[in-house]
Amino acid sequence: MEFKYINILYAAITIFVTINYGLLLQGIIGKIYARVGKRVGIRIYQPWINIIRQWVTRSSIHHGIMYYLGPVFRFTGGGGILIFLPVIYGAPLFSSFVGTGDLLLVLYFMFIGTLGMALGGGEAGHPYSAIAVTRGLSQVTAAEVPLVLAIFSLTIQYGTMDIMKIVEAQQGSVLNWTLFTNPLATAAAMLAFLGSMMRSPFDVVLAPQEIPIGPPTEYQSQFLAMLMTNRTIFPVAKTVFYVTLFFGGIPLYDSFLLTFAVFFLKTFLVYMWSVFVGVSFPRFRVEQSIRFFLKWPLLIGAAAVIAAQIRY
Amino acid sequence: MAKMNYGKRKADLERRSVTGPDGEVFEVDPMKNYFCEAPPKVYKPSPLTPLEKFYNWCRAESIYILGFGTGCGAIEMRPLMSPMYDAYRYGVHWRPTPRQSTVFVIGGYASVKTIKRIIRSYEQMPGPKYVLAVCSCTINGGMYWDSYNTINRLDHYIPVDVYVTGCMPRPEALLDSVETLKKRIKEGRAEGQNKYAENFEWYKANQKQIIKDWDMPDYNW
Repeated sequence: MEFKYINILYAAITIFVTINYGLLLQGIIGKIYARVGKRVGIRIYQPWINIIRQWVTRSSIHHGIMYYLGPVFRFTGGGGILIFLPVIYGAPLFSSFVGTGDLLLVLYFMFIGTLGMALGGGEAGHPYSAIAVTRGLSQVTAAEVPLVLAIFSLTIQYGTMDIMKIVEAQQGSVLNWTLFTNPLATAAAMLAFLGSMMRSPFDVVLAPQEIPIGPPTEYQSQFLAMLMTNRTIFPVAKTVFYVTLFFGGIPLYDSFLLTFAVFFLKTFLVYMWSVFVGVSFPRFRVEQSIRFFLKWPLLIGAAAVIAAQIRY
Repeated sequence: MAKMNYGKRKADLERRSVTGPDGEVFEVDPMKNYFCEAPPKVYKPSPLTPLEKFYNWCRAESIYILGFGTGCGAIEMRPLMSPMYDAYRYGVHWRPTPRQSTVFVIGGYASVKTIKRIIRSYEQMPGPKYVLAVCSCTINGGMYWDSYNTINRLDHYIPVDVYVTGCMPRPEALLDSVETLKKRIKEGRAEGQNKYAENFEWYKANQKQIIKDWDMPDYNW
């Protein structure tokens, strides 16, 4: 795909829209959580106020260069996934750099944020940051194994690493979705999905009651605002990634409303998967979660690779 | 059981040379390396009034309370998280670290030991920051007014925005004080951080009068 300058603008618009959508999602999920606990809950627009308030903090301190780069890495992780994905398949505005990167690149972007946080949190020098980063890295690494196996299986199935071709192959009928053509890979990937959504049972990284807040313990003011912005992008980017690979993508319909409804429904349901599991299960310790990922999800992932090898 | 070594902490703060794992010797000055000694600055509000008004509205509607219970009144904060009072609907959240919170709720009496931690936490909070002083003890010492190790007036040590009287005030009173604080912030009158910076010498002198074992720099971020 040739490079066009307009794509930079498109990517910026995609990220802006995603931030707002992520904030809306945060508000809705906060409300649902509250209603489950018989509370009134936050206002739907509360996440917007929180983020603006954080951006206009007056005083701030820093601990060095890596402290600055931590949030930038994190933001690159979230934004990178987004701009290399066809967020809405067939709409040039929402698939700005799609042809330029493949699955491997997106996988790399998924990990880079955690690495950036390790460097930034490490420079902040708080012991809780170091503990949390160690936990986070080991957990994410363990969760990546089944995900990578699932993606190997997809690569064998579709014979390509080009995301666009994978979405293309899933169009036409619901039965063309990877969910139905390769259920084992979907199962492995959906289990891996839980590992990086920062929700129970895999939220020992943040563990507010034990190691206050975790990696960003020392982050404040605009640094934290940057992290919070990424916190809204990253889950949406991840859900879009999963929807694109396993649930038929989000095709562009004639009606804008229909497109948005499909986008909302698919991402919301995939996101809710982690929420449902989160409210049902208590927190794992790190070694428990690593053992979990290296047991059933790993076996399912390996089975998916073997099955794909036999079938295709 | 291991014996606690109370003198150790002070020695840790002294300047010394340390040998690294590869034999390299380097100087460590904890007071300089671990703390920032820059005095607080006065931050002028934005000259664009409508913008500053919007900022203040955001600051008022998103209140992050530091989860540091400094006295018996801190117990009144917990019901606010429960379904009965549910402070979250007013934009009130709790954060476990001073770096990320804007409102400090001093829950009642502050002993000399606690006031030291209160000052450190307060100074670590990024501005603009606000203080809610709960219970009579923070106003005049309350039932501890002649105690040997409790301060009487909190606003001699850190600037206070809103006082809540009572021993102890009900959670409703605490919620009401949050609303009062919001009103003050929206009117642009809650400039405690700047007040602290302007009268820094006076606050420091008062603090040092009370805290005898002053083993930290004058301003520790």
